[in-house]
Amino acid sequence: MSVPGAPSPQLARFAVSPARRRRDRIARGAILTATVVALVPLVLIVYYLLRKGLGSWSGSFFTTNPTGNTFFKSASIGGIKSAILGTVEIVALASAISIPVGIGVAVWLVEYGRDSRLASTVRFFVDVLTGVPSIVFGLFIYIVLIVGTGSTYAGYKGALALSLLMLPVVIRSAEVILLLIPAALRESALALGAPRWRVIFSIVLPTALPGMLTGVLLAIARAAGETAPLLFTAGATLKTNFNLGQFTNSLPVQIYSDVTSPTTAVVNRAWGAALTLVAMILLLNLIARLVSRRSRLA
Amino acid sequence: MPAGDRSVLERSPIARLPDRALRYGLTALALLILALIVYFFVRLVGEARPAFAKAGVFGFVFNNDWNVSAERFGALPLVVGTLITSGLALLIGVPVAVATAIYATELCPLRLRAPLTVLVELLAAVPSVVYGLWGIFFLAPKLQPAEQWLADRLSFIPFVGGGTVTIPNYFITGLILAIMILPIVSAISREVMSTVPSDHKEAALGLGATRWEMIRMAVLPYCRSGIVGGAMLGLGRAIGETIAVTILIGDAPQLGSHLFGQGYSLAAVIANEFGEAQGLHRSALFAAGLVLFVLTLLVNGVARALVLRAARTGGSQRSRKGQPGGLGPRVAETAAGA
Repeated sequence: MSVPGAPSPQLARFAVSPARRRRDRIARGAILTATVVALVPLVLIVYYLLRKGLGSWSGSFFTTNPTGNTFFKSASIGGIKSAILGTVEIVALASAISIPVGIGVAVWLVEYGRDSRLASTVRFFVDVLTGVPSIVFGLFIYIVLIVGTGSTYAGYKGALALSLLMLPVVIRSAEVILLLIPAALRESALALGAPRWRVIFSIVLPTALPGMLTGVLLAIARAAGETAPLLFTAGATLKTNFNLGQFTNSLPVQIYSDVTSPTTAVVNRAWGAALTLVAMILLLNLIARLVSRRSRLA
Repeated sequence: MPAGDRSVLERSPIARLPDRALRYGLTALALLILALIVYFFVRLVGEARPAFAKAGVFGFVFNNDWNVSAERFGALPLVVGTLITSGLALLIGVPVAVATAIYATELCPLRLRAPLTVLVELLAAVPSVVYGLWGIFFLAPKLQPAEQWLADRLSFIPFVGGGTVTIPNYFITGLILAIMILPIVSAISREVMSTVPSDHKEAALGLGATRWEMIRMAVLPYCRSGIVGGAMLGLGRAIGETIAVTILIGDAPQLGSHLFGQGYSLAAVIANEFGEAQGLHRSALFAAGLVLFVLTLLVNGVARALVLRAARTGGSQRSRKGQPGGLGPRVAETAAGA
């Protein structure tokens, strides 16, 4: 710390030497520079998404299906209606599967399994699931539901692949929140004579709900952006489909197939679809953050 | 009056039923997950067997020959592509991620800390396919002249410089992967750095260390294994990353002649070729998936052990429960997992 005015000769012996001060300043400058560099891609991505994406947004962009006409300039290439609806359907089904199962496993880990050997095995396998590349989940579902049954792609198979992907995120975040519930809360309910299941359903889960919602929303946001597991489970198609037993389009798969197109209009559609997807995911993230701020537990 | 020898306070057997049902139901659910993973793994090995039987496991991984029409499947170009790009991602991404973590925990004005953290984590919210789209249409063309310059300067190093720079190449893939792993490495580093006892930092400052000396001598050594663990988790992500890599790596099934040439990766080959694969080709792709699976399993195992050890040394200073903002690296990973 610098002393105002000229330091006394005694204190000057302890002053930081110019070389050390310079090194400190350089190191701090480098750290600040690296931090700024880390934020540059975010700014650039958002900027380009807005610039390119907003240009292709129009009324019919959201209300028409892709037509598959990409080589004739006069023909309309269509919008992304089927992709948006398909993503919503697939992710909704994936959430309907993975959220109850995930929270159930988390409740088991915290309330029943605790530190038992089985519980640590389950925790280990959940950690394994977290590290599995998303495309391998696609392969799993392909082996079991497509090779195994001799059928073809379908929306619900894509949803199952996504639910496998969401499962570890839901389990982990729910487990952490459940661990934060004060033991006194459970104990007072038990002491009043409530059976275990009542304690779980009337005390533990309601208390943990806002906190768990954050993890759930983050899991949904993660699943919504995944392409790889959908490629050979849900397939790609043009038409809007409300039957998840058939090929179902989705935003990431639509973007992926548009990226490789040589036609400019189709690439622009990819930008528009990307902006839509990022906006949806950011919205989920925003809600997750607001919810976690309001939760008393986390 | 209770029947038989049941005490007054005991619940009737029927009233205890829901309890038991819940307990066994939830246990079954947990066991189901174990069974599912084991089942998947066994089936994956089964599907990959024909490809391994033809070339041998060693031959499959180390033969430099991926020729679909001749039905020869040696995955070396894919394995090398995966390792080069994810290695590059670590090389570029980890220093930047650690620097942002240091800045956020030690140097940044308190008011900027939360917004900075949120901004870095927003990088995790961008889907892989959008990174691919942005990379191939914006970053790669913009950086090509710079890459060519770099390639010319580095031409004295074999496999790195020389040759012409193509738009999709190993380097640009590694760069995009670096951006993609930044949030997770940064989140875990930040979490580990927040466990450094303030006694250590104050002692260093009290002895006359500058801020940087305090970071270098008190913070970094304390967090070393946690940071390495975070980097390894990032490596696991980079290895398994599929769509962005498929778009950016060029999908050329040979070993790229240099760092700025086109190549292929394990995940990309599956995404790209699986749709029309039949017979032995499909089996080879399953085998590639298995290699990828095992590779990420190993990397993640090491990473987790390191992060847990770091959390435990940090955890002795503060209890895990009831410490807002100090929930441990597992939560940090979940938060950055999107």
